[in-house]
Amino acid sequence: MMTLLNYSRATQLSIILLMTSLGLLSQLTHANATPTSAPTPKWQQTIDQGAGDTVYWHAWGGDVRTNDFITWVGEQTEILYDVKVKQVKLSSTSEAVTQVLAEKAAGQNTDGAVDMVWINGANFLAMKEQELLHGPFVADLPNAKYLDLSPNAPATVDFTEAVAGLEVPWRLARFVFIVDSKRVTKAPLSMAQMLTWAKANPGRLTHPVVSNFMGTTFLKQALIELTPDVSLLQQPATEQAFITATAPLWRWYDAIKPHLWRAGKNFPENESIQQQMLSDGAIDIAMAFDPAAAAAGIASGLLPTSARIFVPSLGSLGNVSFVAIPYNASHKAAAKLVANFLLQPETQAHMQNINILGSFSVLDPTQFNETQAQVFADLPTSEALPTLTDLGPTLLEPHASWSVKLKQQWSQRYSQ
Amino acid sequence: MLSSHWPKLLMLIALGMSILLPVVIGLGEALRAAFGILPALGRHSFSVNAWQQLWQLPGLISSLRLTLFSGFAATIMALLLAIFGSSWVYNSSLKLSFLGRLKPLVQLIIVPVLAAPHAAIAIGLAFLIAPSGWLVRWFSPWLTDWTLPPDWATVQDLWGLSLTLGLVIKELPFLWLVCLVALKQINVAKQMSLAQSLGYSHSLAWRKIIIPQLYPLIRLPVMVVLVYALSTVDMAQILGPNNPPTLALVTMRLYTDANAQMLLPASAAAISLAMLMVVSILLWEVCVRGLMLINKVSIRSGGRASKWTLLGTTLITALPISFILGLLSLLVLAIWSITWRWSFPEAWPTSWSFDYWLQLLTEWPLALKHSLITALISSGLALMLAVIWLEVQDRFGGHFYRATLWFIYLPLLVPQIAFLYGLKVSFLRLGLSGGIGTVIWAHLLFVFPYVMLSLVDSWRALDQRYLSVAKSLGSSSWTCLWRIKLSLLLRPLLIAWAIGMAVSISQYLPTLLIGAGRVESLTTEAVSLASGADRRLVGVYGLLQALVPLLAYSCALLLPRWVTLKHMK
Repeated sequence: MMTLLNYSRATQLSIILLMTSLGLLSQLTHANATPTSAPTPKWQQTIDQGAGDTVYWHAWGGDVRTNDFITWVGEQTEILYDVKVKQVKLSSTSEAVTQVLAEKAAGQNTDGAVDMVWINGANFLAMKEQELLHGPFVADLPNAKYLDLSPNAPATVDFTEAVAGLEVPWRLARFVFIVDSKRVTKAPLSMAQMLTWAKANPGRLTHPVVSNFMGTTFLKQALIELTPDVSLLQQPATEQAFITATAPLWRWYDAIKPHLWRAGKNFPENESIQQQMLSDGAIDIAMAFDPAAAAAGIASGLLPTSARIFVPSLGSLGNVSFVAIPYNASHKAAAKLVANFLLQPETQAHMQNINILGSFSVLDPTQFNETQAQVFADLPTSEALPTLTDLGPTLLEPHASWSVKLKQQWSQRYSQ
Repeated sequence: MLSSHWPKLLMLIALGMSILLPVVIGLGEALRAAFGILPALGRHSFSVNAWQQLWQLPGLISSLRLTLFSGFAATIMALLLAIFGSSWVYNSSLKLSFLGRLKPLVQLIIVPVLAAPHAAIAIGLAFLIAPSGWLVRWFSPWLTDWTLPPDWATVQDLWGLSLTLGLVIKELPFLWLVCLVALKQINVAKQMSLAQSLGYSHSLAWRKIIIPQLYPLIRLPVMVVLVYALSTVDMAQILGPNNPPTLALVTMRLYTDANAQMLLPASAAAISLAMLMVVSILLWEVCVRGLMLINKVSIRSGGRASKWTLLGTTLITALPISFILGLLSLLVLAIWSITWRWSFPEAWPTSWSFDYWLQLLTEWPLALKHSLITALISSGLALMLAVIWLEVQDRFGGHFYRATLWFIYLPLLVPQIAFLYGLKVSFLRLGLSGGIGTVIWAHLLFVFPYVMLSLVDSWRALDQRYLSVAKSLGSSSWTCLWRIKLSLLLRPLLIAWAIGMAVSISQYLPTLLIGAGRVESLTTEAVSLASGADRRLVGVYGLLQALVPLLAYSCALLLPRWVTLKHMK
């Protein structure tokens, strides 16, 4: 009986998927056919060059819904531009960086294996510093007009590092906490409350290991809330600034550590494991970099239906996921076509659909025409999906040097 | 006289070019990086900074302790259990008991755990023994009163006990199989009945007579287990503690750090890990020789009194427990693969779904095809190379090949990630990129040593009298090879091939990095999905990954019987 129920749900879902994708498809082809969007000669050249190619998109493959979305993107671009997309599923983005680095070391400056890579933060910084990226090219994309590219807009800064037109934003990430609302009725909305909560619920709180970016993110979130002068965090971390800025953080951490899961001696390897622990009932609070994490987790059966998101009242860290093209990519033109497709309002709406991915759009809504705005307004909602207002203010990522130092200092203090 | 050296030289050159050179080049690159030279990152001058960075890592001593403890404890236990298990198979006095009836089935029972990928066993076991796991769920809440799991360290304990347990469960079937194959070369039944007629108990006779003959035959596979246990990343990631983790995981973390400059200390860590393994092997050898010496003294004393009861009881309890845990780990993964949701403290899933299996129908044919092609060709090539190599030695003799043999095992001693980067660079310089042929070559580097390891001892133990008789009857060297060696060694040959298949199927980094992501396989899919920690998906892919080796092992175990039957007719 259970099986039957699930089958019907699966069928329903696939019908919805089919309908939405068909609907979108007609809109897309329609949009492409309208004379207003006639391509510039330069872009037409890109279209001609890219046609017939396959884009090897290196992207973390740990999330089935993202993988499915990338497959869908490929189906669309094949129809629109005769460009296929092949996802190379990675377990860590650094694998793609190593690939390009090895090619550079071997002097292979053309015909590289990586056409496009899902990237941000430290990996982007590494590739930018080593001059492994193609571009600037963002401004060349017709759909860049939907982006807010004014100085210091979220789409132009990646962990305080200037994007410089080297990468295209495609999905928004916001740091959120996930709870099982059946077990936690009053979520701790500040770091001070979290300490009280941990004392009252020993062993029910933990964070991913700090060598994992989600663990560092949790520390950064706490730091922003506890540090006396937040503006310091936007500058590179000097020795002295780091000591004064992080002193309250370590006092807080020393106090909370004994009350963490396994008394703070072991930690989940990453946020997926942490969510699994939440699902198993081993802990009560998990973390994610995706406001749709709870809704998506429920939809894929990974979290209980009572899973909900909460965000500290101060707001939470936010950043943007980008795609970049390596300097030696084989199919640069085709990769640009795919990147441009990712910025299509209809694509972003499809992505924001909770039944698909549930990631918030990176586009500037003020640039939409009425039909486009309507597509977003018509998106289905979910009880577990917060609205943008629920999420509160977005906190800026500190300069990358803070993460490095936080990681080091934490290991020094707490790895025996 | 000189002419007889030519085939050997040719063979050395061929092997050198195809197997040794890539490894040495890759390793050289890692060594250079460990000493500060990595031109792609703009590092051109010699420095020992990377080593200083490495030594200053907090918790490095704990990592070292953890690595050594879990590695040695797991190898010792798995070996003891495997030898004990083999002795049980040959113990005729137990024939009538219930367990005795299981004996013919032993090989079938060990195959599933043998064939399953390490990560699958680890994930299954973690779910089994975690405080929120299956075992606790059976007794909750009606017995334990737990509606939420307790905060216990049954998995990822700081001492690495659960990691050790996982390693024992996974390596025991391998060692047992190796023992059983090796024992076919010793006339066990005859020697045992002789010993027992002289008043030795079964266990004592086994210790004093069989083990000293058995161990030299399984020495190399035991080394493989030791090296694997010391260097495993996937099992340590799931079952080991992570603050700090084992040395292999420390190395992995450095290599995958978003900061590319960390490649330098990462290379230093990889070189240290390789050195640690060499030291461990030496230490192991010294200990084993010491034990053998003590054993020899006790053999000479001629004592018949058996003092091994406590150990015996421990082993007889641990053996079935280890197997049951292994099989349950796989079973629970199979259940997960058709689960939709399964909350604590339910003993069974609360809702079921075949979604993931159905989804696979559209996705896995290509991955399966790649996996099969790579595995079949690389294991076939490896087996062929191994036979040629051994045959050349047989015909043309020589001692210095023992030294070269150690080089073959280099890929097993160094963390893959350490020399794959250098290997990738050299493949690219040769203009080899991304094709399935390059991937097969890369697999061969890892498959060949395993095939060689599992074959070499049995090959050398072949009773030379068969060959002398054949030669005196006028058979040529080729007839000897074909009609005698290969047919008498059919079983070890097939087992070696099956092990090669399993090794090839499980390769993640060589497939991804050397294949430039162009060659997707069951394992590249499985590992990237496993990073998302969805037990249902791991269940599906884990079972699929186990399927190919399962078929290979079954074939290796059943085919010789069929051939024997045919010969009898």
